[in-house]
Amino acid sequence: MADMIEAKHLIFRYPADEPEDGKEAPVNEPILKDVSLSIEKGSFTAILGHNGSGKSTFAKHINAILLPEEGTMLVDGLDTKDEQNLFDIRQKAGMVFQNPDNQIVATIVEEDVAFAPENLGVEPQEIRRRVDEALKTVGMYEYRKHAPSQLSGGQKQRVAIAGVIAMQPDCIVLDEPTAMLDPQGRQEVLETIHRLNHEQGITIVLITHYMEEAAEADRVVVIDSGRVVLDDTPAKVFSQVDRMKSLGLDVPQVTELMWELRQAGYAVPDGIITEGECLTALEQLLLRSE
Amino acid sequence: MLKDITLGQYFPGNSVIHRMDPRFKIICTVLFIVMLFAGNSLWTLVIGAVFVVMAQLLSRIPLKMSWKSLKPILPILVFTAVLNLLFIADDNILWQWKFIKITMGGVHTSVFMIVRIVLLITGSSLLTYTTSPILLTDAIESLMNPLKKIKFPVHEMAMMMSIALRFIPTLIEETDKIMSAQKARGASLDSGKMMERIRALIPILIPLFVSAFRRAEELATAMECRCYRGGEGRTRLRQLRAAPRDYIAFVICMLFTAASVTVNILFK
Repeated sequence: MADMIEAKHLIFRYPADEPEDGKEAPVNEPILKDVSLSIEKGSFTAILGHNGSGKSTFAKHINAILLPEEGTMLVDGLDTKDEQNLFDIRQKAGMVFQNPDNQIVATIVEEDVAFAPENLGVEPQEIRRRVDEALKTVGMYEYRKHAPSQLSGGQKQRVAIAGVIAMQPDCIVLDEPTAMLDPQGRQEVLETIHRLNHEQGITIVLITHYMEEAAEADRVVVIDSGRVVLDDTPAKVFSQVDRMKSLGLDVPQVTELMWELRQAGYAVPDGIITEGECLTALEQLLLRSE
Repeated sequence: MLKDITLGQYFPGNSVIHRMDPRFKIICTVLFIVMLFAGNSLWTLVIGAVFVVMAQLLSRIPLKMSWKSLKPILPILVFTAVLNLLFIADDNILWQWKFIKITMGGVHTSVFMIVRIVLLITGSSLLTYTTSPILLTDAIESLMNPLKKIKFPVHEMAMMMSIALRFIPTLIEETDKIMSAQKARGASLDSGKMMERIRALIPILIPLFVSAFRRAEELATAMECRCYRGGEGRTRLRQLRAAPRDYIAFVICMLFTAASVTVNILFK
């Protein structure tokens, strides 16, 4: 399958602050040091990394909000450096941010969902159709006339996702979309993005702090101090418990439990990342010991 | 406590006036003001009063609401009345005490002014009672469209207005949070002398500003991500469309205004 996103040797640094009284301008350490990554169309990729690892900076490159200092970023074959591709790229790769309050523009839910198609100059009837469809997809159609301030965090984030779907993107990049939500809101948002991936084949890039969320992806990429350090299926990434801990990251609780059991000398299988698998493994362990 | 602040004074409903095209409502309000200020005869007030009563009945806004919009201007009303009573003098003296004279002319003018202000406020607040802030913004954008020719940033202004409307509840909530946080650290906000209280606001305003700037930056990025590039080539989900009833309302307003102007010329 073709690649949705293709990053080749990305290097990026944030500009340093203006120096005071004629001192030499300091040069910031690059936040991305040679990131190469291809993401297949229709896949679900989770990107992990602790704070300041460069994962959010990488996400902003996908949308041409930031441009690489060196290297190239291709989104569906389009180079983000080319000014002419800008709006095509932003339409193809939508982005959802952490704080739902700071990405909702309008005072009414349906108006907000309409914001992107309005910017793209879509005909009013077509906007209406897309808005209704997008709101139904995220399960917020009944709330279309509500004010965003009347909604819960999870609902607002679903509205934000609907606002991106209304552009009809091929890919959605979510930058810690659940970090500010309560458990129920998290669940709602995760179900929505998994459904988008399965039913509409939209490529999902999920940047997250929650290992349980990453465990449900097709692929997990770990970024540490501006480099891709691990890139594999969730089971294989999380089975390297020592490595993950040395990178300042956790593993899902069930994986940790299995790891502890193994350390204590029990024979349990490797690569367990979901609760279901964990249960089966524990059951077998107990049956064996009887 | 801050949550009690209601934004604007929109009173949802489904009356004829509610359903009118907001652009026509704004034009009719302007005509209404012309109607009231067309002249100084009693007829001006009569025509204005008939118009307000008619609009009020059609809009089905309870009188209690209109009273609410009048309450804050009561001091102004009293002030106007007293000034007019004291300073307008003619020969027909009703009452005199030392240098204070109250004349027939003064009474006439102050009653006239009070009635005119009351009509003005009740009539024009019907516009904000029957139109949601977002529709008002749309209407203002649409009415100001011709100004684009002289490079006036009409779209940008409307966008700023609607973003401001969108963020008022968010910032109120945030102010509440910051106030609680500062109180938890021992700030006393509702005691002390005037100057102390003003000084106590600083630790609330500074975090509020910082957070507002941060929000603004994030919102700008989010808007760019959704392909925002200004007003050019932008379409709208909601189209303002004038219906026959809007033209009828406009003609009625014109007739009232014309009547007010004519009556004032004839009875001068």
